[in-house]
Amino acid sequence: MYEFNYHRPASLDEAKQILAANAEAKIIAGGMTLLPTMKLRLAQPSDLVDLSAIDGLDAISDAGSAIDIGAMARHADVAHSEVVRSAIPALADLADAIGDAQVRNRGTLGGSIANSDPAADYPAAILALNATIRTDQREIAADDYFLGMFETALADDELVVAVSFPKPKKAAYAKFHNPASRYAIVGVMVAETDSGIRVAVTGAGACAFRASDFEAALTESFSADALGSVSIDSDDLNSDLHASAGYRAHLVRVMAVRAVKALGG
Amino acid sequence: MTKNGMGASVRRKEDYRFITGSGQYTDDINRPNQVYAYIVRSPVAHAHIRDLDISAAVATPGVVAVLTGADMAADEVGSLPCGWGINNKDGSPMFEPGHPPLAADTVHHVGDQIAVVIATSRAIAKDAAELVEVDYDELPVVAGLEAASADGAALVWPDAPGNVCFDWEIGDKAATDAAFEQATRVASIDVVNNRLIANAMEPRSAIGEYDSGKDEYTLYTTSQNPHVIRLLMGAFVLGIPEHKLRVIAPDVGGGFGSKIFHYAEEAIMTWASRKLKRPVKWTAERSESFISDAHGRDHISHAELAMDDDGMFLGLRVSTRANLGAYLSTFGPSVPTYLHATLLAGTYKTPAIYAEVKGMFTNTVPVDAYRGAGRPEASYLLERLVDRAAKVAGLDPIEIRRRNFIKPEDFPYQTPVALEYDTGDYEAAVEKALELSDYDNFESRKNASAERGKLRGIGISTYIEACGIAPSNVAGALGARAGLYEAGTVRVNPTGSVTVLTGSHSHGQGHETTFAQLVTEALGVDFDAVEIVHGDTGKVPFGMGTYGSRSAAVGGVALVNALEKIRTKAKKIAAHLLEASADDVEFKDGQLTVVGTDRSVGFGDVAMSAYVPHNYPLDELEPGLEETAFYDPKNFTFPAGCHICEVEIDPDTGVVQVVRFTAADDFGRVINPMIVEGQVHGGLTQGIGQALYENCVYDESGQLLSGSLMDYCLPKADNVPDFAVTTNVTPCTHNVLGVKGCGEAGAIGAPPAVINAVVNALAEFGIDDMPIPATPERVWQAIQAAK
Repeated sequence: MYEFNYHRPASLDEAKQILAANAEAKIIAGGMTLLPTMKLRLAQPSDLVDLSAIDGLDAISDAGSAIDIGAMARHADVAHSEVVRSAIPALADLADAIGDAQVRNRGTLGGSIANSDPAADYPAAILALNATIRTDQREIAADDYFLGMFETALADDELVVAVSFPKPKKAAYAKFHNPASRYAIVGVMVAETDSGIRVAVTGAGACAFRASDFEAALTESFSADALGSVSIDSDDLNSDLHASAGYRAHLVRVMAVRAVKALGG
Repeated sequence: MTKNGMGASVRRKEDYRFITGSGQYTDDINRPNQVYAYIVRSPVAHAHIRDLDISAAVATPGVVAVLTGADMAADEVGSLPCGWGINNKDGSPMFEPGHPPLAADTVHHVGDQIAVVIATSRAIAKDAAELVEVDYDELPVVAGLEAASADGAALVWPDAPGNVCFDWEIGDKAATDAAFEQATRVASIDVVNNRLIANAMEPRSAIGEYDSGKDEYTLYTTSQNPHVIRLLMGAFVLGIPEHKLRVIAPDVGGGFGSKIFHYAEEAIMTWASRKLKRPVKWTAERSESFISDAHGRDHISHAELAMDDDGMFLGLRVSTRANLGAYLSTFGPSVPTYLHATLLAGTYKTPAIYAEVKGMFTNTVPVDAYRGAGRPEASYLLERLVDRAAKVAGLDPIEIRRRNFIKPEDFPYQTPVALEYDTGDYEAAVEKALELSDYDNFESRKNASAERGKLRGIGISTYIEACGIAPSNVAGALGARAGLYEAGTVRVNPTGSVTVLTGSHSHGQGHETTFAQLVTEALGVDFDAVEIVHGDTGKVPFGMGTYGSRSAAVGGVALVNALEKIRTKAKKIAAHLLEASADDVEFKDGQLTVVGTDRSVGFGDVAMSAYVPHNYPLDELEPGLEETAFYDPKNFTFPAGCHICEVEIDPDTGVVQVVRFTAADDFGRVINPMIVEGQVHGGLTQGIGQALYENCVYDESGQLLSGSLMDYCLPKADNVPDFAVTTNVTPCTHNVLGVKGCGEAGAIGAPPAVINAVVNALAEFGIDDMPIPATPERVWQAIQAAK
């Protein structure tokens, strides 16, 4: 790891000042991606701005039609939150299956979606539940947020503050994990929301995306059988040591079917 | 049975310090005025070093020195030696490339050492290492066996045509060909044995320290055999005589073979400590371990089994290519030859066997022994082939094994491939395993799985291994360049406590407990009054270390022999004290008694008398009570057993889950059943790891794709079931303990049992072949191809 300056501001304003003053500064939330990257010397931030001392950033609250989760909420907080579990059990389950216990105790929702790792779990929930990402500057709709591999709609000086997850009528997440890292090789969340059936896929492509053919088929008939005739094009999917693009395409359907079956379809 | 003696499941006394974090590993040791080394390693697989510029690194504040291969050459540092020579079919010796600890002008694999940066902190050394500029003139790369053996393949070593290190054979070719002439049925198989990375929990580490006043060196290192390192490094690399070099291997956190070998870093630290007159410390980072620890396995084999109409084996023909990596690691050449092909008889009475093995160079990390070392490769090949033979012969896999087993009355049994098995009862182990696994009710479990949409399969392996490599004269005739005995010293202290100095080395096996049990058994002293000292050439007279499941079978026997000498001398002392003949003195439970009388003396009093010899037969006996024994076994030991695995496969994803696993092993007599069971659990987990999860993968350019634990999949707790483990004991006939060794069996027997179970589960698709590891995608692809 290269040398860097460490800051632990007590407020968002202070954090933003430090970021503004240091062009090569990076925000650190749980550090689950950033720290290993720095240890391997693949990142060289001049300054780290640790958000963990800012009051309220890890709050989880029931906002009526939605659950609001602060950017600094740890995965374990979400997994064990009664508020989350009673309203969106699929989200609690998703958080409970991220990485391992150490990762869940350090990693955060904000860190995960700001990084947009193609194999992260949360992005599937953001898209499937039609969440709204609240930053220090604006609100971003889920469908506008993920742009590509490690690429989001966030501006360089923009911080995720919280995510608002509208309560779905029902939702389920099915994940095929990488046996080594336990990241998602393919993760699919199927949700019935106020805006209709939404199917979001993570792990398979450059970033999380919605499977519109799957959504159409399930809108017509919410059943596993309805997915029998739809498939996903493997051309744009990831291929690596653990899974070819063709295998991933197959797994997208298998995981979608499992999520639908979990919802009684 | 003596309390805490032979056969007692005594809790491991070393665990207190390990569990409470007070173990002393090499990296825990810090020496006064110590500096830190960081190794500059090649990022490319094959290149000439056109230019090496260290000036910026040298100029970095805090950097003490930057040393290169040129500095080593100037000091006439030798090549890292290979400890086992193999001869070609024509009798000529194998090709042995030089292996400088720091590459001189050419790098041969990613991770090859180029320079060492030494600084006042680890961070400074690493920062400065980035400033070392290397200008590479890249050469063509062969990154695997297929590439290395292709027509016109690039050469790793210009003087090794075809990238062949050796082309070796064993067995009677003519007799085997004749057996195939007679055969009415032939089964054949092509198998790849996947390359593995040991991944010991503790990364390698070394501290070199030079005492200029005494002109003496100390090396602290993560080694399974410090005396071997002292010999190899002292005599061949640095030219330091034994009396000036002390090697200490303190607590070592796992080895699995990967810490047997003499590594470049040990020589670099020791050499640099003299140049700098300061202790120099290096500890590998995990990423570094992946590209600098010796890898394991990596064979491609074709095998054919000739049978008659009844499924009786007539002959076996095996052709293997073995990847040795870019350089010859310490025992690399012995693994695919004498530790592999000699085991191809398995547990079967195949009358004719012929095997040929080509050891090949590639631009990859050197390959050497890893838990099982050659024997897992043999067992996997043979037990897969026997399952296939069962299909060809139309027999049940268990029935074909039963028909062909070497029977209890056949021992001692001379195989056609050099080994003579002393004892065993393979059928009995099968019976135990069948019962413990509830084999007869498999169909009902299969149906229950089917109701949940899962394919269930069952697989068996009846493996054998050869442990406690010996005798030295035989091993020497086969190419070993070292002896394979062990030494043990028993020092009875004046007040009756006992210090044992053993040449075996514990890096997880629990010697401090099991060896203390042997002392308790022999001398009747309290278990807590025994201290086992190991891993220090300055304390232990000599030793060959721990590998090949040899500690109990060789080191334990040396200890027992030394204990017997103590008993003999103690009886003589007691006879003097009791005014009786030594022949009339019985030594039992710590008391020495004149038979048939109540005249008795405790062992503690005998010890005191030996050190305070006021009333002592000084004209017959020397004072003191300390004895040493060197033990060179008469033969290998031959643990064997039956493993039965059940898997469930998810046909939609290809995921294989091991749901039941039964092991009935014959380790001979058992010193501590709890420790043995723990060894079996660990071995089975690594065997399941090889079968389903672990795979070392290089790309065509020689870059390691599975270079971190994010991509190299070690088995995790939820990947293995609760194991059902039992033993079937036939005591070894040629050592006094009757022990055979248990450390490697799990890793040897499990992979074929798992893959046989996977193939069995997929039988309805007509699938008869499954690459290892059977990853989800491979299983799913096999199902798709069969549909």
